[in-house]
Formats: sequence, C-alpha cells, structure tokens
Amino acid sequence: MQSASTDTANRAIGIIDQFKGLEGPLLPILHELQGEFGYVPKETLPLIAHALNLSRAEVYGVFSFYHDYRDHPAGRHVLKLCRAEACQSMGGDALADRARQLLGIDWHGTTTDGAVTLEPVYCLGLCACAPAAMLDGEVIGRLDSERLDEIAAEVRL
Amino acid sequence: MSLVNEIDYGTPASLSGKMVTLTIDGNEVTVPEGTSLMRAAMEAGIQVPKLCATDMVDAFGSCRLCLIEIEGRNGTPASCTTPAMEGLVVHTQTKRLKDIRKGVMELYISDHPLDCLTCAANGDCELQDMAGAVGLRDVRYGYEGDNHVFAKSDGHANDRWMPKDESNPYFTYDPAKCIVCSRCVRACEEVQGTFALTIEGRGFSSRVSSGMHENFLDSECVSCGACVQACPTATLTEKSVIQIGQPEHSKITTCAYCGVGCSFKAEMRGEELVRMVPYKDGKANRGHSCVKGRFAYGYSTHKDRILNPMIREKITDPWREVSWDEAYKYVANEFRRIQYQYGRNSIGGITSSRCTNEETFLVQKLVRAGFGNNNVDTCARVCHSPTGYGLKTTFGTSAGTQDFDSVEHSDVVMVIGANPTDGHPVFASRLKKRLRKGAKLIVVDPRRIDLVRSPHISAAQHLQLRPGTNVAVVTSLAHVIVTEGLFDEKFIRERCDWDEFQDWAAFVSSPEHSPEAIEGLTGVNPQTLREAARLFATGGNGAIYYGLGVTEHSQGSTTVMAIANLAMATGNIGRKGVGVNPLRGQNNVQGSCDMGSFPHELPGYRHVSDESTRDIFDRLWGVKIQDEPGLRIPNMLDAAVDGTFKGIYIQGEDILQSDPDTKHVAAGLQAMECVVVHDLFLNETANYAHVFLPGSTFLEKDGTFTNAERRINRVRKVMSPLNGYADWEVTQNLAKAMGLNWNYTHPSQIMDEIALTTPSFAGVSYDLLEKEGSVQWPCNEKAPLGTPIMHINGFARGKGKFIRTEYVATDERTGPRFPLLLTTGRILSQYNVGAQTRRTDNVMWHEEDRLEIHAHDAENRGIRDGDWVKISSRSGETTLRALITDRVSPGVVYTTFHHPTTQANVITTDFSDWATNCPEYKVTAVQVGASNGPSDWQVQYDEQARQSRRIKILDAAE
Repeated sequence: MQSASTDTANRAIGIIDQFKGLEGPLLPILHELQGEFGYVPKETLPLIAHALNLSRAEVYGVFSFYHDYRDHPAGRHVLKLCRAEACQSMGGDALADRARQLLGIDWHGTTTDGAVTLEPVYCLGLCACAPAAMLDGEVIGRLDSERLDEIAAEVRL
Repeated sequence: MSLVNEIDYGTPASLSGKMVTLTIDGNEVTVPEGTSLMRAAMEAGIQVPKLCATDMVDAFGSCRLCLIEIEGRNGTPASCTTPAMEGLVVHTQTKRLKDIRKGVMELYISDHPLDCLTCAANGDCELQDMAGAVGLRDVRYGYEGDNHVFAKSDGHANDRWMPKDESNPYFTYDPAKCIVCSRCVRACEEVQGTFALTIEGRGFSSRVSSGMHENFLDSECVSCGACVQACPTATLTEKSVIQIGQPEHSKITTCAYCGVGCSFKAEMRGEELVRMVPYKDGKANRGHSCVKGRFAYGYSTHKDRILNPMIREKITDPWREVSWDEAYKYVANEFRRIQYQYGRNSIGGITSSRCTNEETFLVQKLVRAGFGNNNVDTCARVCHSPTGYGLKTTFGTSAGTQDFDSVEHSDVVMVIGANPTDGHPVFASRLKKRLRKGAKLIVVDPRRIDLVRSPHISAAQHLQLRPGTNVAVVTSLAHVIVTEGLFDEKFIRERCDWDEFQDWAAFVSSPEHSPEAIEGLTGVNPQTLREAARLFATGGNGAIYYGLGVTEHSQGSTTVMAIANLAMATGNIGRKGVGVNPLRGQNNVQGSCDMGSFPHELPGYRHVSDESTRDIFDRLWGVKIQDEPGLRIPNMLDAAVDGTFKGIYIQGEDILQSDPDTKHVAAGLQAMECVVVHDLFLNETANYAHVFLPGSTFLEKDGTFTNAERRINRVRKVMSPLNGYADWEVTQNLAKAMGLNWNYTHPSQIMDEIALTTPSFAGVSYDLLEKEGSVQWPCNEKAPLGTPIMHINGFARGKGKFIRTEYVATDERTGPRFPLLLTTGRILSQYNVGAQTRRTDNVMWHEEDRLEIHAHDAENRGIRDGDWVKISSRSGETTLRALITDRVSPGVVYTTFHHPTTQANVITTDFSDWATNCPEYKVTAVQVGASNGPSDWQVQYDEQARQSRRIKILDAAE
C-alpha cells in the first residue's frame, strides 16, 4: 500500500509533467494542484522546483504571493465576498458582517462542520452588479441579504 | 590606519564604449551609455539617497528614496532605473524630492525598531544614514499600529512578528529589522546564483524567507555571505560583529583557502579580526566570497594551535616544549649529523602551497643552498604537477592561460574533473552568472556535480565517464572534431606546427578513438559525446576549466596534453573567453610551483641541469647548486624505507593525511631520524615528528599568494603571530642556525630576490603590487603590468605542440574482489585535510566524511542510508557512513577526505602519473560492505595519534 505522502507526490508529479512544457508553467501547475487537492500541499513545492529547475525558495515565493493559493484544505464550499470599493458603496460591508454572523466565522475561517470557508476578495470585476460574491467559482451579482441567507443554508446541506 | 571604504555606486558599471554627457545638480558628467543616473551622480561625487540599490546587483527601483527630477520630464523617476542620456539636466535635491523622501523614510521608520544605540549595525547602517540624509525628525504615524517590530502588542502576541533566526553559525537574520529592500534576495540570485532566498507574501506581509519559510541552515543557503554584505540594516549581521562591535580599521589581504585567491578586507578592532569582507576591487573575486573565506577563519585563534616549539628524541615520547633557539639548534645539529653520517642527499624539505611565495622560496633556498641538494618538493606533487608538465610541453608555460574575468566572454565552457561549486565556489558563481546569460556548459565528470543541474543552470551535455578514462574521452572529442572537419585550420597553421598537427590528426582519427569504439570502456553515450564535441568546436568562444579529476590519475599529464590539443585544434587560445584553465586546489599552489619547489626545477620552471640558470643562483647565494634533480616526495619516502633518507623539514603540509597510501607514508616517516614539522596544529604527520615548529596564519604575516590565474596578490599582516614569528622568519632562523648568512627583514626583500633571479617575475615588487593591487605573471619589461591572457600572438614555446595521447588503462582495475571504483573529492564547507575548517563552525555542514553509493550497489550489499560501511582496497580498509545517492553511477563510489578519522587515503594506492608521480587518487578499485564500526586500523591509529600528541607538563617547581 502506498503511503499518503507518496500518493500526493505521484499525483503532483503527474500534474507537473503535464504542464511543465508550457511557457511560464509555474502558475498553471499551482492552479492545477489546487484543483486536484483543494490546496497546494507544501511537500509538492520542492517537486515543482526540481522539475522546473528553480529553487524551493522561488517556488515558495510565488506560491505565497497569491492569496488564492491555499496551504491547507478549505471547507467543502468556498464563499468569497468582494470587499473592494464599488461593492462597499453598494452595502457590501453590511453583507459581510451578516455573512460572518450567519456562518459564525471570521475571514479565512472554516465552519466547524467543514462546510464552508469565508474569504474576502478584492474585486471580482463585477462592479456593475455590486455587491458581488463568488461561491465555488461561480460569480453572484447583486447579492442581497435574502440571497446570502439562502447561500448560508445551501452550503450547510 | 582607518577602514578601507569602498564607494557604492548603486548600480553596476555599464560596459558600453559610447559615452554620454549630462548635467547633474549643475555638474557636467560624462559616463558610458547605459549608466544609471544614480551611478552617474555618484561618479560626480553626488550621493542620491538610496536603500534598495547597491552596485553588486542590478537596479530594482523599489525603495522610492532615490527619486530625482529631470528638466522637461514629468514626475520623479527613480535614479537607479533611469539611464543617463545625452543632454539631460537632472536635479537630485529639490523641495519636492525632499518632501517625498522624508515621507518615505517616515513610513520605513514607522515599522522599524528604534534601538539604534544597542543595535549591532550602529555606525554601519544605511537606514540610519538615510534617516540622517533626508532630515527625518519625527514619525507622525507612531509605532502602535500593525508592525513587525514588537513580539507583543496590547498584551497580545503579534502575528506579524518573527523571532530571530540564529541557525547559521556565522550570521543572524532578524526579521524585525528588515525593510524588505530585496537586496539579500537579489545578491543570492545575481551574485551567488543559489536562489536560496525569496520574498514571501505580499504587501505589508512581505518578508524575506530562506527556502520555504525555513531557517537558514535548513534552506538551500550555502552561507557565502553575499546577503549579509548586501543588507543595509542589521537584519543580516555577522555574529562576530554582534559580539565584538564595529571594526575601526581594515587591510586588504588574500584568502588562504582555494586557488581562486579572493581579495578580502580584514576588518579589525585592534588586533582582533571582526570580519572578513570580500573586496570589490579584488580582480579574482570582484566582491564575492564563499563560506570558507568569508567566515571560516576561526582556526587562527583555535585552542589547538601550538604556540611553542617542541622536541622529542623518539616519536613514542611525549612532546617537550623548548625555546626557539634550542629548537633551531637541535634541528641544525641533527640535520648536519645525518648528512655527515648518511651523506649529503639524506635530508630534504617540502614546501607548502599554503604558505606565501616568499616563504616557499626560502624553503627551497634552504634545501638548495643550505642542505646542498635538490631534495625539495611540494604538495603540488599530489595535485597539479601534471598541469605543469602538460602545459609546459604543449604551450611552453606551466600555468593557466586566462584570468577569471575571461569567463564573462565564454560561449561554451567545458568543465572536466572539477566541482567548482564546492571546490572553487567564487569562480563557480561567476561561471553560473555567465551560464544564466546563455553560455553553454559541458561537464565531463563521473559524478553528477551541482553544475550539471541546479536552479537556472543546466549542462548541455554531461559525459558521465567511468573514473580513469579521461584520456579516452578527451581524445575521442578530438576524434569527432577532426573527422567532422570542425578544427580551426587557420589558427593551427598560424600558431602550431602543421606537421605535428597532421600526425596528431591522423592518430585521433583512427576508428579506435571514435565515441562508438570507446563506449564500452568509458560508459559515455557516443551520441552525447559527439554532440559535446560539436558544441565545443562550433559554439563560439570555448573555454576549458579542469581540476584534480584530470590530474590525479596515472595518465594525468596525458589528459592535460589532450586538453591542450583540444584547445589548439579548435583555436581556443590567446584571447578573452577561451583558454585552458586549471582550477588550482590551494591558495598558493601556483606560486609554490613558480618558486622552484620541484626537485628538478629552479624558480621560474628552469631545469636544474641548465647551467646558465644555476649560475645566477650560484653567484647570488655563493654556493654550487647540484645539477641533478633531487628526490620527489614518494622517492623520499621510498628512500627512507630503504634507509638512505633520514631527515626532512616539512612546512605546512600534512603528508600523512593528504598523500596516497597512508601506511607507506607512515613507514617512511617512521624510518627517519629527524622529522621537522612546521605547522599550525599537531597534524597527522606530526605524529611521526621529532621537532615541531609552530607556524603562523595568513593573517599574521606579509607576503604574496599566486592564484590559479597567475595573479600575484598581497597578503597583509593584520595581527602579530601568536607563535611569535612568521613562517619566513622561522625558516630564516633555521638557515642561520645551519650557518647560512640570511638577513631578510621583510618579505619584500625576498620578492626582490625572486624578481632579480626569475625572468617571469622580473617586474614584480611590493611597490608595484601596492600600486596595481595585483599583477599576473609574466611581469617583466615586455609586460610591465603583467599578463592577464597568455599566448595572445603565439605560444610561449614558439609553436603550439600537438602530442599523441594514447589511452592506457590504469593498473588499478576492478575485479571480483574489488568490483567498485572509488573516486574522491571536496565539499563546499570543508577544505582539504580539514586542519583549518574542522576547527571552525563549518563542521555544522559536514561533520564527517560520507561514502556516496548508488542505490543499486547499496541494495546488493544490504546497505541503508546512514549505515556504517567498510570500504577496502588492495592497500587497506577504513569505515565510514554511507550516503545513498544517484549522483554517482552504479559501480562508482565517492567520498571526501576532510576528516582524519576516516583516512580515505588508507585505501588509495601508490599508482601515480607516469610523468610526474602525481598520485592516482581518483581511481581505486574497492569493495564496500556492511560494518559495525571503525576498522582495527582506525582504532590503532587513533590510539597512536592520541599517544603521540601528549605534551609533557612541566612541574611548577621546575
């Protein structure tokens, strides 16, 4: 039987091999790893470094630069609320407070049942439909408190 | 005396030949095109405030302090990233700029501790300087908000705060003081080429991180010190500075480790060495350093240093401390007695590649003029003697052809039998910089050294040959070049003997030298070899760098000549970016060879049989030098075992540990009646000595070292010798005791004598070195400022000589009893026999020698990583711990020889180079098996060493 770490390494190496021929392969690899594992396991960074002939430090530097890459698993769902100017001006602050209250967690937190992780995001590019949110990669425009309540209930199912 | 202050121009110099003229603060300045405005200003003596810029790395433009205004342009561009252009009118100090700078500094200081008075960088802090320069008087933001400075705020732990990283033995990283200017990160990337540092996170969360948020010791960091040097604050600081304080004066001197010969500022407080800082004007290192030169000087004050002369009648006796006079008298009497009893040729001397040119010159003079024979040899015997022989025969000069700057012009670099990142790290950094700019690399080595593949560089071809087959591989490269018509006919016709070339070309063209024919022998893929040959011949400027993996073979001299053939055939001699470059092992191995340390050669590589040369010395010294060569080290030991060689003066070499076949060396030493060891420590050879004369370190004397590029660098005394005398004084006093009338009062007088007697040094004097910093020999009337590149318009010997290089397999062969091939090498943190580096904190990186073995060979033998294994050869056996790796191929094992407890040379055989007797360290047939611990031999040896190091303590009453 393979140990969990060997399994992670094997899956990671498969992804790295698939993308390392691209021009600028580092970000696509990190994206794909996050897609595969739900986060970027730290032990895969040296594998990327080796494959791309970079140093561990360089890969870690890129990985840690982007808020989107996680170093630990998120909840089953990820809810991102836009905290940028346009959404704030359309009542985003109140929605943000409500979300935290409904879920009982602060920013970057995950509910104790592992159902949902709440994250702030700075502009989804949906300013015309502010306030905006994103649930598991799907954008939601003109968010209001009813819709937020629905989401809070949905993710708990 | 004061600190040697180097100007920081902020950005690197532009190499452009086109000049532009502009006006900065009303001063007209003319600079090469591409120069930054910051540098142009500095050249006019105008310092633009800056934090993230330093001239060791490229401009970055992040600190926003060096802003300037340009007439006719909008905004306030950064002076470090804005190039100078014809006719610009620049202002560096305007009301607007002052306000911006003050505002920026205010932000910096709002997240920086205000403990200047107790900070290690107090007096040497650019942040402090800049706060002063912009006139910062208060910080309106206060210090209460988010910060990286305080461990706690409002009674709660501060998540942003990080503790000091003190894991590296030589420097600390204090994130609380970091201004995230990225200078350390860029120095690690651009200067050192290791890429061990990064900035993690972003925005206010940005932090310098070694590796993946690891501590420095666990990261990829190689402790070269470039980051510490680059840091403008106390974030990265030498522990010695934290402990001692800021230096008050400094002197320029030369590192005493490898053959790169880096220039350093020895920064002192009184006679205490505070730190060694690489010197930017040093022409070998250009401001860079490695862990050894930068930090590993602690041995100079180590408690193991012996400071008083000692004598014993028998080597089983404990040592007895005596006065210097008694020691000199004892040696003189013994040597004279032995010569009277056993003949004039029964004693000899060994010069040291660790000592200065002047000291080496004196030791050979003592042997030739005082002992009256030519029994003088040097440790180059066991490393680069084939280089001397091979290059003298083919080119006419026993030395490398280039300076280190030359690598910046190479297009294809072939590294043969050398591991620069460990053995010659500063050169490796310069090479890697060139490789990152696009030059191609060919590695010929049995082991996958770091250069084959490490971040941002990779070899185009790695010829992973079986140890001992260098000649076959290099000759085969020539086969491809000749048979595919890739040779440089014009060059060969002009510079070389065409008939000799044709003879050689016919020889290498024969089918038995084809890559396909030798594959079975060398294990090198023929296609790889062909591609490597084509790349070298057609890729532009081709330079060859080689090390002991070439010379320390039974065919070492042949390989050197094969390399020379290759360079001549491809026309890669006599200009920048090409050449044949031996990477010399020790700081002064070139110098010790130049100084006439060989039994057959007087200073300047002139044979002792040459009457006119002898005449020069005979007349000056008032003696009659023997016209027959004397004994080489192995011959001395053989003669000792035979009973005809009885006394030896060994300066600064540990032949017992470094020479092959330890048991034979021990037997030779044991058979002698007076062994005099002149060294810093009771080394392994001293276990067999009757007299011990304490030596001095490179910090304690004046002199010169000659590095691998023939560069004569000054060594300057920064502290008094702990033992009382510099080594040249000890040799002189010994000579006086033997009745010689020597009266040197300063090493400069010895250099004058060298210049007087040796044509290639004719122009060298301390005055010239003072003026020029350093010169490369030949330095004489024809080249008054030295010769950076040799053989420019023709070879020193006239026509370059092609020589047939027939491969002859070594007698050391694998077989059923000894199926594996052992090869040996060096590691970054340790140096040679380790006498120095083992006595520093460098042991944190390498506390023992390990045996590298491929997983297949290990599995066959049931060996796991870290197991104790016994390694045995036809000569002997020893034990050490295994390291399983794929750096070596199956069938090959590898170890280092830094630790006396391992004594790797117990295993090596006494086979040697046919021309020079250079031992065949790099090939030994061995068997490896599981073991429970040290071998009987090691146990006995330890006991003997312990016994022989006893020093008799005199009673207080006596």
